[in-house]
Amino acid sequence: MELYHVELLSAALFAIGIYGVLARRNSVLILMSIELMLNAVNINAVAYSAFLDPGRLVGQVITIFVITVAAAEVGLAMAIILRLYRTMSTANADEADSMKW
Amino acid sequence: MDASAVAFSFLAVMVIGGALGVVVTRNVAHAALFLLLSLASVGGVFILLVAEFLALVQILIYGGAITIVLLFALMLTRAEEFTNVRDNPQWVVAAVAALSIFGVLGGVILNNKLDTQELAGPSLEELGAELFTNWVIPFEIASVVLLIALIGAIILARAADGDDGQGEKSDTPTPPSLTNTDGTPGGRS
Repeated sequence: MELYHVELLSAALFAIGIYGVLARRNSVLILMSIELMLNAVNINAVAYSAFLDPGRLVGQVITIFVITVAAAEVGLAMAIILRLYRTMSTANADEADSMKW
Repeated sequence: MDASAVAFSFLAVMVIGGALGVVVTRNVAHAALFLLLSLASVGGVFILLVAEFLALVQILIYGGAITIVLLFALMLTRAEEFTNVRDNPQWVVAAVAALSIFGVLGGVILNNKLDTQELAGPSLEELGAELFTNWVIPFEIASVVLLIALIGAIILARAADGDDGQGEKSDTPTPPSLTNTDGTPGGRS
């Protein structure tokens, strides 16, 4: 297991997340794709921390903060999706277009 | 191939397979379970990268909390579309964008192989000491962020309930057992 193996895994996960964000319509599925992208970033941070500078812990600490923010984001996004569903009767991102010019 | 390479290959296949399942499946509940598979495998990758605490956090928070919250969000929104989700018509553009980003990232990675050291990670004591000394202000800010997100989520969800509740309250002003129709207090007698 070399560093660039982990980097390629992270890049693939990030690309899949981008595809999901762009191609999905259901906002919950878009949220899941965002989680995939955040995890790709986490893998990269931990891999650099472990392979390049094992004495320092910056990568792992940053990963803890990313996981914290991801948890907060999922909680808020769920509330927003519920509000959107009650207001617009849909959870699809492309049907909530009342602010579209 | 040594043992860690075999384990990493297995976990990488699980991560990528789960992620592909999330973005291509037609069933939203299946997508949540694929996401759980992918995130748990990321926890396994963390173990291979000598980050045991992060692997525990990954499985606890992502597997235990985030996936469950997402399943709740699915349960509370439109259920009849669960098994037949349609994608955007521009999914071809999305695929091209994703593939080009992966191509750029992969080219950069393969052309810039960094000099790596012996794989090592901190102990849990070192991580805790670092978190509570050099990173204590970001740590406290993160807890404030969590608190604000919690309050915001409650306010958003309660505001929706309040709208519904006010509409019902205007129809039924007071319980009929407290006041009679002629205005005299004291029940229905």
